[in-house]
Amino acid sequence: MATTVSSTGTEAGIQNVFAFIRRRWLWLLIAFLALLPIIGGKTGYISNFWFLQLSLMIVYAIAVLGLNLLTGFNGQISLGHGAFFAVGAYTAAILIDQAGWPFWATLPMAAVTCFVAGYLFGLPALRLEGHYLALATFALAVAVPQILKYRHFEGFTNGVQGINIFKADPPFGLPLSSDQWMFLVVLAVAVLMFWIARNLLDSRTGRAMTAIRDHAMAASTMGINVPRYKAVVFGISAIYTGIAGALHAIIFEFVSPDSFRFELSIAILVGAVVGGIASLPGAVIGGVFVQMIEKYADALTKKISAAVHLPLELEPWTIYGIALIVLMYTMPTGIAGGLAALWRRMRRS
Amino acid sequence: MKISKLLLAGIGALALALAANPAEAQKKYDDGASDTEIRIGNTNPYSGNASAYGVIGKTIEAYFKMVNDKGGINGRKINFITYDDGYSPPKTVEMVRKLVEEDKVLFVYQTLGTPSNTAIHKYMNGKKVPQLFVATGASKWGMPKEFPWTMGWQPDYVTEGIIYAKHILANVKDAKIAVLMQNDDYGKDYFGGFKQGLGKDADKIVQVATYEVTDPTVDSQIIQLKNSGANAFFNITTPKFAAQAIKKAHEIGWKPAHYLNNVSASIGAVIKPAGFEAAQGVITAQYIKDPTDGQWKTSPDIVEWTAFMDKYMPQGDKTSTFPVYAYAVTSTLAEVIKRAGDNLTRENIMKQAASLKGVEVPLLLPGIKINTSPTDFYPIQAVQLSRLKGEVFERFGDVLSNEAASQ
Amino acid sequence: MEQLIQQIASGIANGAIYACLALALVMIFVSTDHINFAQGEMAMFSAFLCWQLLDWGLNFWIALPIVVVVSFLIGLSIERVILRPLHGAPVLSVVVVFIGLLAIFHSLAGAIWTHTIKAFPSPFPQVAFAGSGYIGPHQLGMIAVTVGLLGALFAFFRFTPLGLAMRAAAQNPASARLAGVSVDWMLALGWGLAAAIGAVAGTMVAPAVYLEPNMMASILLYGFAGALVGGISSPGGAVAGGFIVGVLENLVAYFGNLLEKITGFYLIGNGEKLTVALIIVITVLTLKPSGLFGHVTVKRV
Repeated sequence: MATTVSSTGTEAGIQNVFAFIRRRWLWLLIAFLALLPIIGGKTGYISNFWFLQLSLMIVYAIAVLGLNLLTGFNGQISLGHGAFFAVGAYTAAILIDQAGWPFWATLPMAAVTCFVAGYLFGLPALRLEGHYLALATFALAVAVPQILKYRHFEGFTNGVQGINIFKADPPFGLPLSSDQWMFLVVLAVAVLMFWIARNLLDSRTGRAMTAIRDHAMAASTMGINVPRYKAVVFGISAIYTGIAGALHAIIFEFVSPDSFRFELSIAILVGAVVGGIASLPGAVIGGVFVQMIEKYADALTKKISAAVHLPLELEPWTIYGIALIVLMYTMPTGIAGGLAALWRRMRRS
Repeated sequence: MKISKLLLAGIGALALALAANPAEAQKKYDDGASDTEIRIGNTNPYSGNASAYGVIGKTIEAYFKMVNDKGGINGRKINFITYDDGYSPPKTVEMVRKLVEEDKVLFVYQTLGTPSNTAIHKYMNGKKVPQLFVATGASKWGMPKEFPWTMGWQPDYVTEGIIYAKHILANVKDAKIAVLMQNDDYGKDYFGGFKQGLGKDADKIVQVATYEVTDPTVDSQIIQLKNSGANAFFNITTPKFAAQAIKKAHEIGWKPAHYLNNVSASIGAVIKPAGFEAAQGVITAQYIKDPTDGQWKTSPDIVEWTAFMDKYMPQGDKTSTFPVYAYAVTSTLAEVIKRAGDNLTRENIMKQAASLKGVEVPLLLPGIKINTSPTDFYPIQAVQLSRLKGEVFERFGDVLSNEAASQ
Repeated sequence: MEQLIQQIASGIANGAIYACLALALVMIFVSTDHINFAQGEMAMFSAFLCWQLLDWGLNFWIALPIVVVVSFLIGLSIERVILRPLHGAPVLSVVVVFIGLLAIFHSLAGAIWTHTIKAFPSPFPQVAFAGSGYIGPHQLGMIAVTVGLLGALFAFFRFTPLGLAMRAAAQNPASARLAGVSVDWMLALGWGLAAAIGAVAGTMVAPAVYLEPNMMASILLYGFAGALVGGISSPGGAVAGGFIVGVLENLVAYFGNLLEKITGFYLIGNGEKLTVALIIVITVLTLKPSGLFGHVTVKRV
């Protein structure tokens, strides 16, 4: 397994495709989403449950973006981003539960904690490359539930029981349901986070990040402080995933060690790769994928079992596995990359 | 003339009589119930590392298929909607919200797992939708004052822990107790009850060892426990680890009085894999019949269950206790729905579930009945101790109940 | 002291489990340069195949070669059918395909053989011997098989032309191709061999931890850690690494308990043994990035 996750070729393609969604179209789309609670909610076309689903897609998109910054744009692999998701979630839950903070105030705090956690983890991880980094992060993912249960932390984490928190109602008596309100909050946070990511990548720092990914040694000779950049990127990446975790905790009003098993880390990784690595729209696609795939795998399993009489009871993971392989088979650079290729072909003909 | 007058009077009287009994005359429905259908929601781990339990959801589905083939309950078909939650609490919340808000089920039934049910506890009670007969034995499902819409079914872990503690104190001389437990709230609940049962003798516990579900084996823990010099062993483990513990203790020659929690009281899934020789004398508390236990071969309910398995779950595992459990608990639910009659409101479902007096359900051990009241939300609180002898669990002593404790 | 010896013995026994899987991971790495996350589930699936043959009444020593051959063919066809079109795809896409394979093998095993644990008979004679209180006959047999497998692999790579060709194909495909090695087939062969070793690992592990679809899920991380700490490109190192991880983990718990007994303060115990063992492994790797027995690779600019 090589350390670099090279996708420079497709990256340009992806930029092309999404160039057609000019900035103003993007803003129109965001405005449309922001108005959804009024259009869809008031007319009853979109239920509260759908707003929950949309919120979760956006939350996972932020988490996937975090990993994308690290893996896609900086070439460091992580199989353990669920850990930062958990740190963010617990930071929010503990501050709301024990210190009585309003939920929005916990988000910056979650960002700070996760940056510190990510940076500190990134420092020793500097010495590890490729498989070794994969092992270290995989270990982190597996260790998280156990650390959350650690006896001397129980005062904060409430051990195996987890923490129940209360979600705030919409302020100023806005005529919104709690789910619609959370959707708007999540959307606003996501727009801000994606905007920051975009500017970051366009800046000197962003160019340094990709330079390190593409050729660390060359970057180093050009005067980029590679170790410092790598650790900082680890921290920034953790901020994104951690804020997603905090939002997740607020939406569900509950955290427990069982919510953050290593499957979550795998789901974030799969989302990043299937969506399209090193691509901002890819992160959004990845978030939607993470939220939808399990449900569709389950539903499809039932449909198939009902339609075809199989000699054995099909399980959802079979469909899930087949879906992953087929996706990678048809679009090796992820859905964003696949769309880019399609777009190029359409333009040519 | 006279006759028709009489007839008219008769009809009038009949109408009056019917009106006087509103439950008969008026049909009342909440979301999810109609003249033809009752929708019931459920989540189960069909994927992921707890998918072993998924067979419970599949058995319930098959049970309702059988019910519907026989014409349903009070003429209504049961529409059982079950989703995969992968044993992840946030996923359970999401799927249960889908069930309540999108599928509009009358109630949610047998959601599986302590963490998953904890995550939806508040939501269900806030929405006033029954969270009925949850598939976990934690003690927190029986708090009608705080959570009037949530009810468990199986004997709770705390009660069971108390029973083992009392038995050790009465039967093991100079008891020095070792405990092996899973490091989660299932383990903690059992251990809490156990300590409560020991009371002032809690210092007789000489060593506690925990394990994580991700540990490949519990060999190291068993060595620790053996070296504590304990002569009594409370084994709070799920089937795989229970089998490992029994086998390892036997291999290294540790022979304490061995108490195995009910979660792993299965001949097919624990005792046989561990080896009958290694498991001789193991004591456990039971409330349902083990299908591989030879003594039940001819009992009518096991025969009925076997026929059900053959017809509706031909690929099912007939040595597992999970389908037995699912059949027994769903029989209880069928009784509740039957009693609710045409008044299919959420309130009435809870009311009927909370007024089961001495109801007999198939596959429970002889003498164990379902008892609930508006203040008692623990349907089964009786167990019987049994000891492995040869290849069967031999029951001994009385049916032990803790009914009084919850009043 | 008595307990310390027992804990070390039990750690060695567990280490043999990890070493078996680590060997399969190294095999696939040496020949294809990938870490196969589905390796554990493939080994579990092979163990189920073997169990099925035993259940039909075959003798273990007849069933095992059949399963090894079948697993070899499964591994070979996975490479030819699923991975072949992905040559040149980004590494992470291949990782996702491995995750897909993991999910498929896991769920198929559950669907075919159910999730109830199955006793898998040990192929070794259950006899008592000096020290059998510390380590069981199956554990000893497992260690012997692991070491035997290691020797066979060593000889294969060192002395047979095919082994040399495989190594060449993995390390420098372009030059290997020029030298007339069919690189494509070497990769497929590597997959087949890894699956075959995995089959042996699965049938050795199953009697120790019981057979069920989750059997290998938790062992994968240990095998992975063992393979890396020993040096991922060295079969001998991987086996040593497996034993190191097994013993280390038990010692962490042992000394944690000892500390609590003496001082009354709980610092670490069974709940943290995996975490602490991994921290130690990772610390070692940061100090010696190529593993304890690995070759140092020189970075070329």
